[in-house]
Amino acid sequence: MIPVNYGQLVLALIPELLLVAAALAVLGADLMVLREQSKRVRFGFAAGFTGFACLAAIFWMTSSTEPATYLGGSFIVSELTQWVKTGLLLLTALTVILFVDGEFTEHVGECVALILMSTVGMMLLVSAGDLLLLFVALELTSLSLYSLVAFDKRSREATHAALQYFLFGGMAAAFMLFGFSLLYGLTGSTLIADIGKGLADKTGDPVLLVAMVMVMAGLGFKVAAVPFHLWAPAVYRGAPGPAAALIASGSKLASFVVLARLMFAGFSGAEGDAAWRSYTVGWMPLLAGVAAFSMVLGNLAALAQSSLRRLLAFSAVAHAGYMLLGVLAVKETGLQAVVYYAFTYGLATIGAFGVAVFVERKRGGDSLTDLAGMAKQSPLLAVCLMVFVLSLAGIPPLAGFVGKFHVFYSAAALKSPGLGLLWLVVLSIATSAISLYYYLQVLKQAWVAKENETAVNLKPGVATLAVLCVLAVLTVILGCAPGLILETLTEALKHSW
Amino acid sequence: MNALPWTIYVSFLGALLVACLPARNVYAIRLAALFAGVIGLVLGLYAAVNFEAGAGVVTLIKHEWVPAFGAEYHLAADGISVVMVLLTGIAAVTGILFSWNVTHRLKEFFAFFLLLIGAVYGVFLSFDLFLFFVFYELAIVPKYFLVAIWGGQNREYAAMKLVLYSFIGSALVLVGIVATLVVSGGQSASLVTLGQFQFAESFQYWAFPLMFVGFAILAGLWPFHTWAPTGHVAAPTAASMLLAGVIMKLGAYGALRAGVCLFPEGLIAWQNVIGWLAVIGIVYGASVALVQKDFKFVIGYSSVSHMGLVILGLVSMNIVGLSGAILQMFSHGIIAGLLFGVVGRMVYERTHTRDLNALKVMNLGKVMPFAAVTFVLASLASMGLPGFSGFIAEFSVLIGAWALDPTKAVVAGIGIVIGVAFTLRALQTAFFSDTTAKDIQPHEPFEPITLPERVGAVILLATTLIVGLYPKLLLDFIQPALESPLFDALRKGGLE
Amino acid sequence: MNSFPFITLLTLLPLVSGVLLLGVEKQRQALARHLGFGCSLLTLALALFVGSQFDSSSGELQMVERHSWISSLGVEYFVGVDGLSLVMLLLTALLVPMSMLAAWKLEDRTHTFLALILFLQAGLFGTFTAQNFIHWFLFWELSLVPAFFLVKLWGGPERGKAAIQFFVYTMVGSVALLLAFLGMYLAVGTFDFQKLAELAKSGELVNRMSLNLGWYDLSKEQLALVIAFGVFLGLAVKVPLMPFHGWLPKTYATAPSAITMLLTGAMSKMGVYGFLRIFLPIFQEQILQMQTWLLWLAIATIVMSALAASVQTDLRKLLAYSSINHLGYCLLGVFASACSLDGKSGWSVEASAVLGGTVLQMFNHGITAALLFCFVAYLEERGGGETDLTKFGGLRAAMPVFCGLMGVATFASLGLPGLSGFVGEFLIFKGTFGLVAWSAVLATPGLLITAIFLLRMYQQVFYGPLSTKHAGWKDLDLRERFTVLPALLLVLILGVYPQLLMGLINPTVTKLVEGLAR
Repeated sequence: MIPVNYGQLVLALIPELLLVAAALAVLGADLMVLREQSKRVRFGFAAGFTGFACLAAIFWMTSSTEPATYLGGSFIVSELTQWVKTGLLLLTALTVILFVDGEFTEHVGECVALILMSTVGMMLLVSAGDLLLLFVALELTSLSLYSLVAFDKRSREATHAALQYFLFGGMAAAFMLFGFSLLYGLTGSTLIADIGKGLADKTGDPVLLVAMVMVMAGLGFKVAAVPFHLWAPAVYRGAPGPAAALIASGSKLASFVVLARLMFAGFSGAEGDAAWRSYTVGWMPLLAGVAAFSMVLGNLAALAQSSLRRLLAFSAVAHAGYMLLGVLAVKETGLQAVVYYAFTYGLATIGAFGVAVFVERKRGGDSLTDLAGMAKQSPLLAVCLMVFVLSLAGIPPLAGFVGKFHVFYSAAALKSPGLGLLWLVVLSIATSAISLYYYLQVLKQAWVAKENETAVNLKPGVATLAVLCVLAVLTVILGCAPGLILETLTEALKHSW
Repeated sequence: MNALPWTIYVSFLGALLVACLPARNVYAIRLAALFAGVIGLVLGLYAAVNFEAGAGVVTLIKHEWVPAFGAEYHLAADGISVVMVLLTGIAAVTGILFSWNVTHRLKEFFAFFLLLIGAVYGVFLSFDLFLFFVFYELAIVPKYFLVAIWGGQNREYAAMKLVLYSFIGSALVLVGIVATLVVSGGQSASLVTLGQFQFAESFQYWAFPLMFVGFAILAGLWPFHTWAPTGHVAAPTAASMLLAGVIMKLGAYGALRAGVCLFPEGLIAWQNVIGWLAVIGIVYGASVALVQKDFKFVIGYSSVSHMGLVILGLVSMNIVGLSGAILQMFSHGIIAGLLFGVVGRMVYERTHTRDLNALKVMNLGKVMPFAAVTFVLASLASMGLPGFSGFIAEFSVLIGAWALDPTKAVVAGIGIVIGVAFTLRALQTAFFSDTTAKDIQPHEPFEPITLPERVGAVILLATTLIVGLYPKLLLDFIQPALESPLFDALRKGGLE
Repeated sequence: MNSFPFITLLTLLPLVSGVLLLGVEKQRQALARHLGFGCSLLTLALALFVGSQFDSSSGELQMVERHSWISSLGVEYFVGVDGLSLVMLLLTALLVPMSMLAAWKLEDRTHTFLALILFLQAGLFGTFTAQNFIHWFLFWELSLVPAFFLVKLWGGPERGKAAIQFFVYTMVGSVALLLAFLGMYLAVGTFDFQKLAELAKSGELVNRMSLNLGWYDLSKEQLALVIAFGVFLGLAVKVPLMPFHGWLPKTYATAPSAITMLLTGAMSKMGVYGFLRIFLPIFQEQILQMQTWLLWLAIATIVMSALAASVQTDLRKLLAYSSINHLGYCLLGVFASACSLDGKSGWSVEASAVLGGTVLQMFNHGITAALLFCFVAYLEERGGGETDLTKFGGLRAAMPVFCGLMGVATFASLGLPGLSGFVGEFLIFKGTFGLVAWSAVLATPGLLITAIFLLRMYQQVFYGPLSTKHAGWKDLDLRERFTVLPALLLVLILGVYPQLLMGLINPTVTKLVEGLAR
């Protein structure tokens, strides 16, 4: 039994605790004090408070944390985790502020509290060094998100989506738990680091392979990789704005970090080989296959979509594929690439969801044709949409491009000088060329198509526009100066992760 | 010299400024755009005057960017860049002059236009492979909007085709770049450093076609040229001037910098194949132009034909052919701009038809003497008549091609003859058809040719004449540049 | 080396005055006319001045201007005149004012018309003085452009087709020419005519071609032949030599007569000039290899065109074929002169005679053909463009002066001794007979047929019953007489005193022959 210093643990957990406190405070204030106020005020307060809490947590992390592990390695605090958490907090804060004038619910406090709780789950996930903690954190996130998806009780679609999400999620969690139990059986430990050591002499064990597949199923569900993506279109389409945005951004970022940790640290030695015509069994060929299918299927399916949200859903599947390339290349510069990628992808996708939800609210639908006339009615909104979509498409100098390029480069360099994973890179580049077609369809509607005279004017409010602009500017800046993130990440990874 | 990067920034700032001006203030918008264009041109000229021809590659800015794969923000210039920057400047100014009458979504038009120009400047000044690609891709998006929003018939189809072709090309290039960086160790993406790196022959064998063909798609390499005619035709005048004048050059420039210079052994392996594709493009483009009914399609296909010569020069593996190719890039940029200016702006905007048969009965030679004379001179230049810039360029390319393989030179010569035929045919039908008075359809008197149009046409004409009569002006930039370290690998590979 | 740039000045003068003319207001046609004519006279004066400065005892290039132009390609601005060039310059300078006077009554876009003529003149001057291929080619091509538009815009009914045919035919030839020179440049790295000739003489050209070019499995000789053929094609189309003459009858028949005067008088000489300046010195050996064939071509050109001319019923077509016929003699001379020294004791004398005759023939044909077309122009002015021979008859009664003057021109054209045409043709035949007797013999029928169809033409126009339609036609007025007078005088003077030109030509020809001797 390892002696536990609770004081230190609490100190290390302060960011998470701050958020929990904020969630409780928002909930309490909303229920007790603000009941009679207009929804606008209630949302304003909740958003402001959330933003404040997030900032405070970020401030705390940047000012006073030392890299350390707690509970014998179950809870990891490193520069990387702190950085990822900062990113998560930023994404959460932006999400909440962006959807502040949402109309989908009367229960403002509960909604924001759930968002905050799911963020706490993600933060714990990032720090999890133990399978149990990992599972708990994952469930915290998932449960919060299930209920968030179902939050709009008036909408059949949302309910349907929530149910689908819940059922798939539950199944995935079960699979994952099964996988964890096998790992425990193989190594006798739930600590990821120990598992890594324990598996060293068990490469090729069929049980290990089953465990790997199970674990991958659980996390694959979180990141919406093929074939665990079936929930994505319905949820992205049906869920309330903030839920969808959070699922697409923060949850993905956290899941990728933990996936990378599991694969690299947990299954070290069981990599196998995914190079062209020299496959050997291991997690790499498995991930490579999942990545390839995600990219191909996601992009092809997205081509056929007419709803912006469903389009974003399939594009998310494809992006999961690209990001998996980074996970594959963790040994090289893949991890910073994938963190950068996931974070900037989060920014762009929140922005795109913001626009989609806004249009849906104004015009009652989110089909691509509903975007018509945007460039004329609100040029700034159209510019923002352009930035988000082009960043998703990977057009320089936006962040999406640098991310993609970095991921591709890392993957290609993995087996250098053999260029063994080049087949996967070629596939990704080819599919991302295809993806341009549907991204351009979005822009075509927004910029080129003739507006429908009878359609409602798309003039966004100041707050929405401001957040969207911040997101767009961030996307541009991070694309032009990726060093802002990449350098700190590289620095952080030099020490530990 | 150090002001050269400002060509990029000024264009971007100009785009921003135009976007911020109130939409009602039409004149301010136009003037702001023109101002940005002129500053770019003046900066280019200033740099050209102060450029020391023997200096090789002059670094303008070098700044660490993404160390993970050695990318730097590295802007530099050699003689070739200077020539291309000048071309861009001229194309930008004249393009704006020829768009003086745009009224539909004016602000966005000029904003996209300047964005495109800035990106093009960026490509020509980038000496880092990654940065190069960044600007290259950046140029694709505005051109989509320029064609899709302000284009003519079939604009959305043409714009999509244009962009998808570009992206297929980019995808090939991207694979090539990733592989190149990985193989060279990822320490530096600088073109100079990569030019010194000895790539394995087996690598060059497949990397070269990726890079070269990927870029050359944008240069209208047959059989990947089909975006060009439709794109040129559907685009608004200024955009077709830029597409044919500058964008196609981006492709050729990229093929030179990232294909030819980096992978000489690959070039040698593929020389024959690509040379033949280029020659087929020359003859095919000219032959198809010969039977077009649409005035703009004639010019569109002629671009394919003329760019074939550029590609032929690029693979010729000798100094004369290479400098000819670069000169042809400049020359064709100017001439195509002029042709599209006359056809798209002067004629189409007044007659509202591009059908040669319809133009035939309008007696344009007498009704629009300025347009007619301009088009005559432009046609002569386009045919490659001596005295115009096209001649010395095509001639040098042919010399280079001959050294490579006389048969190709001869077939290309046949293409040039067909080029003469289709140019004459278009010229004759559109402006000097033999119509008797009774055939002439009565029509509203056309608006006279405006001052901006005249100025634009005169700038372009003067350029092609000056360069034609005294090509040394440009060759003094181009030829020392071919001596620079960038071409070290090529020299080792047997550049003559 | 560089003297006062007379030649540049001479070339620029018409160019600049042409541009000036374009600036004249459309309404002020008379001004344009006088200005254009004045400029052409000024040019003539300058050309005569250049002639007076010319040292006729030397066959070397004179008044040389030489500047680097495109150093990387070995292109120079290199001009100079020798006897051959000078004769051509004078011919051109003389014909241009004549043609302007002939077109005095033109009302349609006069200023453009005259400006194009002046541009054409500049192009001709440039072609006749350039000593570097690229420079030469520039003017060779540029002269095509004004000619194209002159035919296209002011021509007769089929002008569109004719102009395009003219342009495309010539362009095909030009590209062949260009490619051939390109090959030579690659082989030896120079575009300089003189240097190329020297290299050819030493046999170095052929050697280097096979060394540096290599095309399929062509042997050294074959390769040189291919290159020579390229140059030949370019020049032969311009002259034209049968069977490359397809463009000519239509073009000559369609162009306004004043322009046809220039086309046949001066532009067709560009081709022959090219044969003399380029083809003969550089490809003497190749000519020798193919001499029989080439001579056959020349003979065919002479005889066939004469036959073709004799069946024409259209005055202009008749004269067009007659033009081909006359230039055929020139080419016969050129091809014959390439004969080698072996076994021919008087070779150099005969060759000099042939080439001297050729140059003289060029000048004379320029003058007489221009005269004849000028007369055709007068007829057209009166008959509303009528050129069908069968429609005329008995004009002598109505227009005696016209009849007399045209008679002189006609007889000069058919080579009557005492008139200019005779000396040239005589020299050509004499020399050719000495060199390649059979070809001279075979070509003689051409002379005969020429005489027949020209006389028939003369007869049909001036004799026989005068139709009432033509009865009221006025004889030549002062302007018209003045137009043809200087040229007719020249015809007479040169007929009796050919030395006037021969003095200029001989040293050059001697030098040319020396260059050929090996």
